[in-house]
Amino acid sequence: MKQYNPNAELVRLVIMGSVDDGKSTFIGRLFYDLGEIYQDQLEAIEKASKKGGLDFIDLSLLTDGLSAEREQKITIDAAYRYLATPKRRFIVADVPGHEQYTRNMATGASLANLAIIMVDAQKGLLPQSKRHLFISSLLGVRHVLVAINKMDLVNYDQNIFEKIKDDFSAFLAKLNIPDIAFIPVSSLKGDMIVERSDNMPWYQGATALNYLENVEIANDINLLDFRMPVQLVIRPDQNFRGYAGRIEGGTIKVGEKVKILPSGKSTKIKSIIVDRENKEYAFSPQNAVLTMEDEVDASRGDMIARENNLPEIGNKFETTICWMKEDALLPNKSYILKQATKTCRCFIDKILYKINTDSLHRQDCNALNQNEIGRVTITTASPLIFDSYSKNRNTGSFIIIDENDGSTAGAGMILRKSQTTEIKNSGKEGFTLWFTGLPSSGKSTLADAVTKELNEKYGIPLERLDGDAVRETICRDLGFSSGDRQKNIERIAYIAKLLTKHGVAVITSFVSPNRQVRNWARQVIGNFVEVYVKCPVEECIKRDPKGNYKKALSGQIAQFTGVSDNYEEPDNPEIVVETDKEDISQCTNRIIASLKKLGYL
Amino acid sequence: MNRYMEERYSLNYLKQLEAESIYIIRETAAEFKNPVLLYSVGKDSSVNLRLCQKAFYPGKIPFPLLHIDTGYKFKEMYEFRDYYMKKAGVNLIVYKNEEPEAQKFGPEQAHTDQYIYYKKTKALLDALKKYGFDAAIGGARREEEKSRAKERIFSVRTELGAWDPKNQKPELWHLYNGKLQEKETMRIFPLSNWTESDIWAYIKEENIEVVPLYFAQKRQLIKRNNVLVRLDEFNHPKEGEEIIEAVCRYRTLGCSPSTGAVLSSAQNIDEILEEVLNAKKSERETRAIDGTSETAMEQKKKEGYF
Repeated sequence: MKQYNPNAELVRLVIMGSVDDGKSTFIGRLFYDLGEIYQDQLEAIEKASKKGGLDFIDLSLLTDGLSAEREQKITIDAAYRYLATPKRRFIVADVPGHEQYTRNMATGASLANLAIIMVDAQKGLLPQSKRHLFISSLLGVRHVLVAINKMDLVNYDQNIFEKIKDDFSAFLAKLNIPDIAFIPVSSLKGDMIVERSDNMPWYQGATALNYLENVEIANDINLLDFRMPVQLVIRPDQNFRGYAGRIEGGTIKVGEKVKILPSGKSTKIKSIIVDRENKEYAFSPQNAVLTMEDEVDASRGDMIARENNLPEIGNKFETTICWMKEDALLPNKSYILKQATKTCRCFIDKILYKINTDSLHRQDCNALNQNEIGRVTITTASPLIFDSYSKNRNTGSFIIIDENDGSTAGAGMILRKSQTTEIKNSGKEGFTLWFTGLPSSGKSTLADAVTKELNEKYGIPLERLDGDAVRETICRDLGFSSGDRQKNIERIAYIAKLLTKHGVAVITSFVSPNRQVRNWARQVIGNFVEVYVKCPVEECIKRDPKGNYKKALSGQIAQFTGVSDNYEEPDNPEIVVETDKEDISQCTNRIIASLKKLGYL
Repeated sequence: MNRYMEERYSLNYLKQLEAESIYIIRETAAEFKNPVLLYSVGKDSSVNLRLCQKAFYPGKIPFPLLHIDTGYKFKEMYEFRDYYMKKAGVNLIVYKNEEPEAQKFGPEQAHTDQYIYYKKTKALLDALKKYGFDAAIGGARREEEKSRAKERIFSVRTELGAWDPKNQKPELWHLYNGKLQEKETMRIFPLSNWTESDIWAYIKEENIEVVPLYFAQKRQLIKRNNVLVRLDEFNHPKEGEEIIEAVCRYRTLGCSPSTGAVLSSAQNIDEILEEVLNAKKSERETRAIDGTSETAMEQKKKEGYF
């Protein structure tokens, strides 16, 4: 006789696995042995089993889905089931395990306290199990039960169980799952699911049910960092202004000092309403209405936090995104983002890499396709008030909505603010003096002369970036193909950007023949002074101190700028010097004068 | 007893379900211009109403309630509705499809697909259009039926009210996507994760009033198509049908001619809770409308039914 237990705990459980792993049979067995299948359902299953020529009840038929799924033999997505044991009430998300259902697994895992991963004892650790573990870890599921199923088909052999366990343990070292358990089961025969088993005397651990009932989840709730995103403002009359929201972390008491973000206004909690009553305190995940001592103008999307324990604010983030839409995620596209109670526009800056969910290897990519997971940097149009996902699932998660059709296109987890916004510039910014021109036009000679002048007369921090030095160090791996030459410039621009930000005057001398690449460097660096060292190619050929023109003209060097490759003149350089008409000191003086005029000196 | 439950910073399962539902209801008020709470007088509606009262307290519920009336509900339901709406002080809209297309169907057809389409599905769609509601909160639960098991909490309907199971938006964390395209509407199900016994446990804990038909008493019944319908102004014995007197109650409430009673002696909420926890049959066994075919509910939902 089942009884009402008002103290039962709620547990959200996700079960991942494919049909071959026996997931449906496992679920059917769990419900059957717990007496959680209605008689009419059971009769239907018995009838269908007989009809299929089986001499046992095919419990997998319990999880039979929609007609559309049966007709097309597909699983559309997560199905939710409900299970009650004497101590606990489970919300079970039953999700398919194949790669094309990564998004469904992420959905099921997003709220889960606990994951069960089904493994076929005959097959052991397959790529799909790695995927299931990776997704559990990524989505922050803290407890994972690996159910090694079909033990009846391997003669209940302990060695097989131990071998699989070892294989898993080696892989698990790469992941962040704080609590993991392995249980040998047979869903078909019912061993070690609800009932213990005489077939496996060597196994003295918990049954699957014991585990589900006893794994500790109460400590997983963050009761330290108080966060309440404002969901609604409740104003029944002129005298009452309350902020309604769910407490997404921590606890709060009447009289505590809080801040409203992003405005940063400080105030104290005047009253707390929960359950239509005034309370002294409230805690996560209660819904509360808070009133404040002072007039603070908060609205939906703002966040209330304790004054000495604030979330972060920012608009540039490094995130992990699971892409769900058929149309790929592309850099430079704009979407709608929803995080906590805030909705705003976001831009995709860069896809850093995607993660192979089977091997965990990183792969370069230009787009994230449906069911792919990758590291992506984004910018939001207005600042988000957030915590990293690892600190708080509720304030560190977001969804991406495609406004063209309203679809939920992606799900994201915030790792951190992007580096660029975190480090503040220490003082006055520097500049980058970018010399460009044909080989042998006099770039290096002039750059050296200007460096000397700046060093002797102006005493500012300087750095000289020279082609040879760069190619011997950070660009040692690069050759001279157009792709490699572009990478070369990208790396130089990156270093110049960092130095410039910290007040250094950077002097570079590279042919940099491509206008687009130079313009890109200009954007990245900011304080960019382009010096076009102009000299007719005939004059350069005449100079040719390294003899490269000679080699290029005779065909010994391919793709040589000025001979076999085009040099694109700058559209609008800050300075143009003509080295066939002016001498070094004339050129140097003009450059210094221009820097003064531009305000850099 | 679980030791964690004695500590002051934890919620039991019912309070957690309640917290999730209140959050969903508040999200609905924040994300839509003109939402409405569907009220069908049954136990799930009573729970939804209580959750809405809690969600906006000390304010009032910022949207109206809508009852889609077929005209053939149990008379106790009408009585309860009028009494309870007045007591709760909420704004109720009653909408009935009065078009000739709907008038042709009477109590005799209450279990048929056409009756349900014209009196319930179409009536609902017409009402949403008439009042310009862009979101409708309903009391459906995933546990009730297998097509509902795959329903989203925020579930988009096309202009014709249709549910497209293959084009549902993934729903992660508690981040509900309320974006609608032109002419789409949203159905919202705050009780998605509740079971029948959760509903009764909540009614018990919260002292929520429900229609007296849920409690067992002696009633006069007619056995028709394996369903025990009550002898009343809509149901009269046909030739060969016997009138049975039995102690019974209702597990679900709908139209009197298509809703069957279950034999039960549960006279109060504690007894009902115990009965429901140990039920051998699923909740909707007494609903004639689900039985028309194996995928009856899925089909009706695709047409715009709740």
